[in-house]
Amino acid sequence: MNAATTSAGPVTAAVRKDYVLQLADTSLILGQRLGEWVGHAPAIEEDLGLANTALDLVGQARMLLTYAGELEGEGRDEDQLAFLREERDFRNLALVEQPNRDFGHTIVRQVLVDAYQLELYERLQHSTDARLAAIAAKALKETRYHLRYSGSWLVRLGDGTAESHARVQDALERLWPFTRELFEELEADRALSAAGIAPELAVVAVAWRARLDPLFAEATLNRPKDAPFRWFGRRGVHSEHLGYILADMQYMQRTHPGAQW
Amino acid sequence: MVSTGLAQPVPPASAPEARAWQVLAEVQDPEIPVISVVDLGVIRHVRADAGGALEVGLAPTYSGCPATAVIQQSVVAALQAAGFEHVTVVEVLAPPWTSDWLSAEGRRKLEHYGIAPPAEAVASPRELWRAAPVVACPRCASRDTTETSRFGSTPCKALHRCNICLEPFEYFKCI
Repeated sequence: MNAATTSAGPVTAAVRKDYVLQLADTSLILGQRLGEWVGHAPAIEEDLGLANTALDLVGQARMLLTYAGELEGEGRDEDQLAFLREERDFRNLALVEQPNRDFGHTIVRQVLVDAYQLELYERLQHSTDARLAAIAAKALKETRYHLRYSGSWLVRLGDGTAESHARVQDALERLWPFTRELFEELEADRALSAAGIAPELAVVAVAWRARLDPLFAEATLNRPKDAPFRWFGRRGVHSEHLGYILADMQYMQRTHPGAQW
Repeated sequence: MVSTGLAQPVPPASAPEARAWQVLAEVQDPEIPVISVVDLGVIRHVRADAGGALEVGLAPTYSGCPATAVIQQSVVAALQAAGFEHVTVVEVLAPPWTSDWLSAEGRRKLEHYGIAPPAEAVASPRELWRAAPVVACPRCASRDTTETSRFGSTPCKALHRCNICLEPFEYFKCI
């Protein structure tokens, strides 16, 4: 039943579960964040664009959470993992929990994550973990649309008016420090890439930069200098914003446990 | 439309399976009620065991599409109404569903309904970056059309407008 326990190599089911949770939580929290735009976007097309992206992300999170629950083997399903875990147990990138601020800020965050997920899923579709490979192959197709959307807006805003340019450049400066975490290798990451389950983060990092640099150039934006970082969401160390997201996302299940509608 | 060998659903191997496929050909997509779930290409296999129990393999279209749960319920309800007592639906993730799996009949029905079918095959997925496909207007067949929104009323559709007859229309995206 539990595929991970039968696999050879040093990667335990717990390590695999933690990795799948990182992917799941990043999609889930970003989906929840984007959902805040519904009814508030600058135009109906953007309302639809952000809502559709959010929907894909939550769908991907559901598949990943279900798998994480199976790897854990304690009978927790996607709902229990999404709605009944504490802040410290969430493994999402701190980048995705950052507030939406204005539309340009949301677009910058989205470009950074879309390009990351694109390069990650591109490689994860060949993972030795067949379940993860199948989910990645599916998510990859959707992620291409996400980046096409966010990337085209980045160019319009960056190479737009003085005001729009200033806003997205400012957003890039604010968010760039959070991208350090994307490629910071943990011990588990090395074991996962050695087993062919996950790609080497250094390889993903090069591809990510190669994808972003021409986009920044076209958007007339300057890539900020790399900075030290404080947050490490993949280890459960979050900024203060995650608690508020969880309060909003989880209060129904915590008030009425097991409620369905 | 070009389909790869991989894309073909498993053909029926027995009379009950063939009958189940016929039943499923009448189950409509909840969001686009002119095409069936078979036209949509989401039914990947139907297996009947010796005891008469059926297993239906269903490929979700988009990860978050809310219609998936409704399709699942409709499939079970239709098969039960046709006399199959034990029906289970299993999710088939690999290979992932693609708009290439829409049947020729499904494409024709979409167009007749006013939704432009996917413009090109994505059997070997190429980069969708920037390259906007040429989409023909389902009303006047003009190829002079403009994308007005990359996302529409459902995850699978974008919004377009015809520059000749000036009508807005929906386009079923390639994925």
